[in-house]
Amino acid sequence: MSKNRTWFQVVFAVAPIIVSLAITSALILTVNADPIAVFQSEWNGAFRSPTVFAGVINFWMPLALCSMGLIVTFTAGLWNIGVEGQIGMGAVFATWAALFVTLPQPAQIALEIALGFLGGALWGALVGFLKTQLGVHEIFGGVALNSLANVITIYLVTGPWSPPGGASKQSTAPFVTNALLPQISADFPVSLLMLILTFAAIIGVILILRGTRWGLQLKATGKNARSALLLGVPTTRSAISALMVCGGLAGIAGAFRVLFVYQSLRTLVSGGIGFLALLVVLLVAVRALWAPLIALIFALFLGGSTRLKIELGLDESLVGVLQGLIVLLVLLASGLRQRLSERDSGRGDLAGRPYEQPISAEQQEAVPHE
Amino acid sequence: MDIELRHIHKHFGPVHANNDISFTVKGGRIVGVLGENGAGKSTLMKILSGYQPADSGDILLDGVRAAYHRPEAAIAAGIGMLQQDPLDIPAFTVLENLVYGQPGGLFLSRKNAQKQLGDLCGRFGFALDADAPIVSLSIGQRQQLEIVRLLALGIKTLILDEPTTGISAEQKDILFDALRKLSKNEGMSVLLVSHKLEDVIALCDEVVVLRAGKLVGDAQMPVTKAELVRLMFGQELAPQTRAQVPLGQTVVSFDKVTLRGKRVTVENFALDIRAGEVIGLAGLDGSGQELIARACAGLIKPQHGTIRIAGKNMAGKPYRDFLRSGVAFGAAGRLEEGLIAGLTLTEHIALTSSDEALVNWPRARDLTETQLKLYNVRGRSTDTIERLSGGNQQRVLMALLPQKPVLLALEQPTRGLDVDSARWIWQQLLARRASGTAILFTSPDLDELVAYSDRILVLYAGKVYEIADAGATTIDELGHLIGGDFQKAAP
Repeated sequence: MSKNRTWFQVVFAVAPIIVSLAITSALILTVNADPIAVFQSEWNGAFRSPTVFAGVINFWMPLALCSMGLIVTFTAGLWNIGVEGQIGMGAVFATWAALFVTLPQPAQIALEIALGFLGGALWGALVGFLKTQLGVHEIFGGVALNSLANVITIYLVTGPWSPPGGASKQSTAPFVTNALLPQISADFPVSLLMLILTFAAIIGVILILRGTRWGLQLKATGKNARSALLLGVPTTRSAISALMVCGGLAGIAGAFRVLFVYQSLRTLVSGGIGFLALLVVLLVAVRALWAPLIALIFALFLGGSTRLKIELGLDESLVGVLQGLIVLLVLLASGLRQRLSERDSGRGDLAGRPYEQPISAEQQEAVPHE
Repeated sequence: MDIELRHIHKHFGPVHANNDISFTVKGGRIVGVLGENGAGKSTLMKILSGYQPADSGDILLDGVRAAYHRPEAAIAAGIGMLQQDPLDIPAFTVLENLVYGQPGGLFLSRKNAQKQLGDLCGRFGFALDADAPIVSLSIGQRQQLEIVRLLALGIKTLILDEPTTGISAEQKDILFDALRKLSKNEGMSVLLVSHKLEDVIALCDEVVVLRAGKLVGDAQMPVTKAELVRLMFGQELAPQTRAQVPLGQTVVSFDKVTLRGKRVTVENFALDIRAGEVIGLAGLDGSGQELIARACAGLIKPQHGTIRIAGKNMAGKPYRDFLRSGVAFGAAGRLEEGLIAGLTLTEHIALTSSDEALVNWPRARDLTETQLKLYNVRGRSTDTIERLSGGNQQRVLMALLPQKPVLLALEQPTRGLDVDSARWIWQQLLARRASGTAILFTSPDLDELVAYSDRILVLYAGKVYEIADAGATTIDELGHLIGGDFQKAAP
């Protein structure tokens, strides 16, 4: 049985990727192009030069940070759709320091990163407050706060923080060099500090969820907040703190976007990284170890896609098609796997299940709090 | 309809839940299915009613081999099951619940359904208002509706799982009369799964007994209770004695408390609970007893009045403050409120056993092993809680409760447990009581209330009637009281 099970796991992990590659190939063939060349161009695209690979890494780091943050909130049973806004507020807070504070570089950057964390954490705490104290579901609260963060950014960029002389009003004035995150080298423009922070976050989240009481309380709250409360878990504190940690990590990601990638604050600073991170975490079924790896694969795909047009005259949205197919098929496979394993363990009977189709824990009732 | 089971096997992982079970139920007979928790009764009934397939073996209906793997297919084949918790849809009315599962075209015929409802209710003496919403019905009435619904679908075999839990003495009489009519007059075969041996003796024509997945005995009624117990457990159970415990000081006191629930309001409620006292809360489901139990633990805020714990007014304080003051709560729905599906036993113990920031997993595992032995739990520390049987889950819940609470407020502490497991739970509770813990519990089981309470509070529609000396009351008197007949009781 156990040998069977390993085999089972591997098939379900690999099959969706193979099937989606096959479907994409079929699609490519219909427009008379060569699928092999496409995938080769994709792959080579991401690695064709250190600069391009650095771009992949710079995309991966905030994505991985947000994914690790979302691992924390999903563990606590929360759909932190507000992660986008948390990135935005991290960026806004860091920008304030970059524009209006001048300190020696190490202190300057430490302050910016700390403020980024704080901005995201506050925005996350707000989602938690709305949920636990006022009964606003975190998805609705998150969506509202995403818009609000967006509006605040637009106001700042076009109003008080608009560059002198008006310019284009699309962004603030470029930050001074002292306020920017330094890059490793001109050939490989990656922020070493950010790389360290990202790895620290990955390892930290994994260890904290495994070994601390807080992690265990989050897990208990996520699986059944009502029971957790009755067993003495401070469920309100669990929910709010999880959202703050996720918000903080997203805030650092936001700070990185303005302090390194754009070197100024602009609207839509996150570029959808928060939503992509949600996708990553759902794809890995909230397994902390896998999230950074899948995030890297996404970053590689997106990094390589720009070559498609240049080399093969194909639209880069083909990568979007492939991505969408993988997402769909992985979700299908995980649903199928769940059904099969339930039948295997004898839990396939309908008694405990309200619907004929399996439902996820997320579809169950909203979480009660103290 | 005759039902014949031939060599039914069912495995769940390493557990052989049904091991070569064969027996026959003739039409017109009422057969009791007995066995302790985990004996395989539920599994067998689920197989019979189409909720899950058997691994191997045959079911013959009137001599013809039947194959069905879904409840609706089982119903089409003539087999219907009345679940312990009625499967109605609360937002619907009685009539809507009756028609939703019926085959037919796009449009429902209200008139036909109304006539069907009237006919069936008339035949069995059920009182069901077609337009009443489900939420306004008692458990007993919802059960009647479920029976009517199954009969309207044309079933010829009825399986009942613990049907007398939570209904009044009168409703039980009506139910039993209906079952007798169905079997004797209409040739229906009836299977009754119950832990209540009195019910089995009162109703059944024969019994089959399961133990550890195997069919270990059968008997034609009448058979005495002692013999049934011997069949189930292989031995007789010694009567449980209850040592007298001197009552201590008042530990929790309610004064002029108003508790508002969805359906009932308990008004102006006063109660002093003393250390070492056992107070039983009796009443039909939703009569207000659960409001009191939950208010004790701070899970319901009183509208008015004070709840004092050790002299301090706690009304309106959050649950965790009550917990810190020494009140522990055990809910009726174990996996909904109390245990966390998906967490292992070790994780449960780690969650409740210390406050340190880092979890000491080796120590938590050791502690879990010790607790499992101490509480006689059949399960491994690495099992997730939902893999355990109901009785074992209840034992784990006992292990998680604080060792020496001031008050234990428990909802149906032995819900769904067999006689042996229930006695074991009470042994544990009484041991805590001996060390001064007060116990307040609700129960739909009148025997349990009379056997273990010092005092019983009977609730009916939020009104409270106190039986100051539980030892002096009878099951019969209590049965009438929970039906709201407060006059009949001697003052």
